[in-house]
Amino acid sequence: MNLTLKVWRQSGPKDSGQFETHLIEEVSEDSSFLEMMDQLNEQLLENGIEPIAFDHDCREGICGMCSLTINGFAHGPEDSTTTCQLHMRKFNDGDIITIEPFRARAFPVVRDLVVDRSSFDKIIQAGGFISARTGSAPDGNAIPIPKEDADKAMDAAACIGCGACVASCKNASAMLFTSAKAGHLNLLPQGQAEKDARVLNMVKTMDESGFGNCRNYGECSAACPKDISLDYIAKLNRDHAKAKIKNLFS
Amino acid sequence: MKLDSKIPEGPIAEKWDNHRFSSKLVNPANKRKFNIIVVGSGLAGGAAAATLGELGYNVDCFCYQDTPRRAHSIAAQGGINAAKNYQNDGDSIHRLFYDTVKGGDFRSREANVHRLAQISVNIIDQCVAQGVPFAREYGGLLANRSFGGAQVSRTFYARGQTGQQLLLGAYSSLSRQIAAGQVKMHTRHEMLDLIVVDGHAKGIITRNLANGEHRAWTADAVLLCTGGYGNAYYLSTNAVGCNVTAAFRAYRQGAGFANPCYTQIHPTCIPVSGDHQSKLTLMSESLRNDGRVWVPLDRENCDKDPNDIEEELRDYYLERKYPSFGNLAPRDISSRSAKEACDDGRGVGQGGRGVYLDFGDAISRLGESTIRERYGNLFQMYERITGENAYKRPMRIYPAIHYTMGGLWVDYNLMTTVPGCFALGEANFSDHGANRLGASALMQGLSDGYFVIPYTIGDYLASTGAGVLSPDSPEVKESLDKVKGRIDQLTSIKGKRSARSYHKKLGQIMWEYAGMARNEKGLNKAIGEIQDLRDDFNKELMVPGSGDRLNVELERAGRVKDFLDFGELLCRDALERKESCGGHFREEFQTAEGEATRDDENFAHAAVWEYQGREKIPKRHKEELYFDNVKLAVRSYK
Amino acid sequence: MFTSSLGKKYLMALTGLVLIGFVFVHMAGNLQVFAGQAQINSYAHSLQSLPWFVLWGSRLFLLASIMIHAWTAYSLIVENRKARPNKNDVEVTKRAGWSSLRMGLTGTIILAFVVFHLLHFTIRSIYPEYAEMTTTVGSPAGEEIHDAFSMIIAGFKHEFISVFYVVAMFLLCRHLAHGFSSVFQSLGLRSEAWEKKLNLVSFAYAWLIFAGFSVVPLSVLIQKHGIFQFYDPSFFSS
Repeated sequence: MNLTLKVWRQSGPKDSGQFETHLIEEVSEDSSFLEMMDQLNEQLLENGIEPIAFDHDCREGICGMCSLTINGFAHGPEDSTTTCQLHMRKFNDGDIITIEPFRARAFPVVRDLVVDRSSFDKIIQAGGFISARTGSAPDGNAIPIPKEDADKAMDAAACIGCGACVASCKNASAMLFTSAKAGHLNLLPQGQAEKDARVLNMVKTMDESGFGNCRNYGECSAACPKDISLDYIAKLNRDHAKAKIKNLFS
Repeated sequence: MKLDSKIPEGPIAEKWDNHRFSSKLVNPANKRKFNIIVVGSGLAGGAAAATLGELGYNVDCFCYQDTPRRAHSIAAQGGINAAKNYQNDGDSIHRLFYDTVKGGDFRSREANVHRLAQISVNIIDQCVAQGVPFAREYGGLLANRSFGGAQVSRTFYARGQTGQQLLLGAYSSLSRQIAAGQVKMHTRHEMLDLIVVDGHAKGIITRNLANGEHRAWTADAVLLCTGGYGNAYYLSTNAVGCNVTAAFRAYRQGAGFANPCYTQIHPTCIPVSGDHQSKLTLMSESLRNDGRVWVPLDRENCDKDPNDIEEELRDYYLERKYPSFGNLAPRDISSRSAKEACDDGRGVGQGGRGVYLDFGDAISRLGESTIRERYGNLFQMYERITGENAYKRPMRIYPAIHYTMGGLWVDYNLMTTVPGCFALGEANFSDHGANRLGASALMQGLSDGYFVIPYTIGDYLASTGAGVLSPDSPEVKESLDKVKGRIDQLTSIKGKRSARSYHKKLGQIMWEYAGMARNEKGLNKAIGEIQDLRDDFNKELMVPGSGDRLNVELERAGRVKDFLDFGELLCRDALERKESCGGHFREEFQTAEGEATRDDENFAHAAVWEYQGREKIPKRHKEELYFDNVKLAVRSYK
Repeated sequence: MFTSSLGKKYLMALTGLVLIGFVFVHMAGNLQVFAGQAQINSYAHSLQSLPWFVLWGSRLFLLASIMIHAWTAYSLIVENRKARPNKNDVEVTKRAGWSSLRMGLTGTIILAFVVFHLLHFTIRSIYPEYAEMTTTVGSPAGEEIHDAFSMIIAGFKHEFISVFYVVAMFLLCRHLAHGFSSVFQSLGLRSEAWEKKLNLVSFAYAWLIFAGFSVVPLSVLIQKHGIFQFYDPSFFSS
């Protein structure tokens, strides 16, 4: 198939950036979106033009490194799909495709379509862990965990930290990410000891990183390649309120 | 090059305890005087950085991705082995040890493997404590499943995302240490050289991928946790960014490289669909628990709809050839059988390079919902890539390069032949011999990172004392200039061909001549073709833009350059190993039935390559392997 | 407690909940107009005769809720604009509907409506003559009381005003459709298990409020134009 690509180019963090239009021919419908981008870059190289920078790594939908806003949708229009798993058979010959970086103040552009998502790491560093010293662990079966709880924790833990939730949110809120990470640990018995501090610190860091506020649209969950549920946001809201109230009395 | 494996004295089961007792310790108050560099943030690197930080060392950790949580350990699907015997089915540390040595086709070091089996139980405990949401039974206890190459159920898993969950566990511990200031994390940094002073590793040179800045980092020890070299084949299940550069630079600086020819081909990957392909996607081996592998009995039926091929016209070749292990035969054997079937003209799908993995029986036995619960995400992934529904139509699979057992040679302490330079996880060669069993890679990465290096590094540091090189010293400057020179060289060729085109070509050569089956003629041919390709690369490479900012083509060119050199080394090793074992199958050495023939008399050793300088053939050393606890036997899964 | 992003959400939810409750009570009060002049006048009079601290306490409480709700919303909007300074070339949504995306717009119009409504029927400064309307009908002790019934009929005889009321109530309905279920989400009292039920209740509540409020001005207009008779025709004779 032949396509017209309208791609965001930005030479560096300080550049204001603009769109560039490229035509690409003979794209296989079996190729992934990123393989189509590879093909475009090879084409640019042949003409001596520097290729378009974009983040990618595992190309099997798990590392969370790929991003891209495709026709306005984070990771493209398909549900439950990362950009690397989006295949060109979902597009039609002659389509015009707009490709932009994930846009948010907390995700500054590094170059072209590459953005800096280190604010997510800071949220984790604020409390997205269980303090378990290596070597100090009791036997794995010492605490039985109901299957249902383990499954729910796993649903949240499936988050790949790609940032599509932020990119798809009109307010660039990181609530789905933060709530999934906090929710995973807060659902497990091992996570109870640090639960209140975790929730308060993660939310504080999230606020300080320049993300917007959750307005309960649900766009984040709709864009999430791992289908993380809005329930985790509700749970974070609840856990945060409880922790705040407990703090008032202690 | 002297290869002293430093295997501790005593009976196999006591070696690790004896060693821990006899190793020197670093006083808690002195730990903060030592700086340690960890390159890579996967299971091995992440676990090591977190644990060493926790112990009080100053750690600098580097990764090329934008965050440590993206390392390719994240893509491991199936699970992690541990000799917990929670299933009461006869498992034990000794059995895991035995299975791993046998699975490795008797080409691993017994003492290391036994330690791995011992530590496996601690890993599960540690990960549970971190909040890794392993699958559970209704009673709330940990669930297990069985995996290739074992007759007990000892694999712990978190849906089809075990690697992701274990990595997130390590990443969360690492994050805690970053917050505590014990670990400084440097993302989007690629290691481009190892600084060696007076024979000791004293630091690394990195390029900041985001802004092109080169910098030297000095330390008391350097840990390379940089994964495998599967991408030498261009198409593999590795992440696109995985590369051999760090390990190869260490090799150039004097670290011996062991058994590069041991590459694992994973039997269950989605077949190649065309020239555009940039990577191959693995479908977890756990699928073989419920799926049955077959090809049509007759070549004429290859293009037929598989559902229309009657039962008696199907050849369930694994069940036929290996009745006791059946579809769970080890990876090398399953892969080679698939190749044989396709070479026989009975392959299915595009180009006849595929076999069926059929869930029809399992679905009628257990119901679609059970299968969906077990493998739902894998079926979904398959559908996304191929556009086919595997609940209704058998999956098509084909082997692909997946894991590399070879790596930097390390002694029992995980130290390479360059003192102070350690290699952990897939980057070293130690535990899997010539073939790795499923669900053992995660085990090894975490074992090395959480439980081995914290002890063994102390022994090295305590005996050398703290003493970080000044960043202004001439050795550092020289190293830095050398790296900058290499970068300038790449950008100044100004030819016409992209680095990717060379990488693709290299991959074709490697897969053709050093893939699932190798022979002398092919390997010699491969070496010649790689040399020609490298010459062409040095004349015709095009890298647009400059090195002073984010430049993806420059990154790729540097990696491809090392792959070109490394590919030759791999072929050379394959050429010299005149036997078939595990992932290394030489067509000259097989039985009449096509089974691999090992040569224990001449090749029961690890081959360790020592760099001799440009244009010179590297020198091959041997570390003899001794099998005192597992009897050398023909590896049979019949 | 209320300084973090989540704290602001709690404020929005709690004040929203107060207002959700208030509109229901208000609507129930309004519907008494159909029971005739005596009923609604006596109800209005009983409210006016509450002890001053109860009356003014409630008024201040409601006023504070409105102001906090509006001010927090405003500050959230400002923060959110800052959080996403660059818009996409293509702005699309997968799940969010018009009501949830336009809370700021609907909220602002509703706020303007509330101000108008207070001037119209409570402070009665737009038509000062409303304040002069008195009667003994519905009076508990037979003294002259304010004639709420006549004021309502007179007020809604103006087509423009009635249409404005109905439009404002429609926007309130849209505001509630998202706001009602949002209260539960923001306070962490929602789960996927009863998300559907909650959304249904939210939907039903929003339309109930719309219908309950709009039926009063609409009934007046309908009778004015002689389509159907709801009230004593003598109030329409002038």
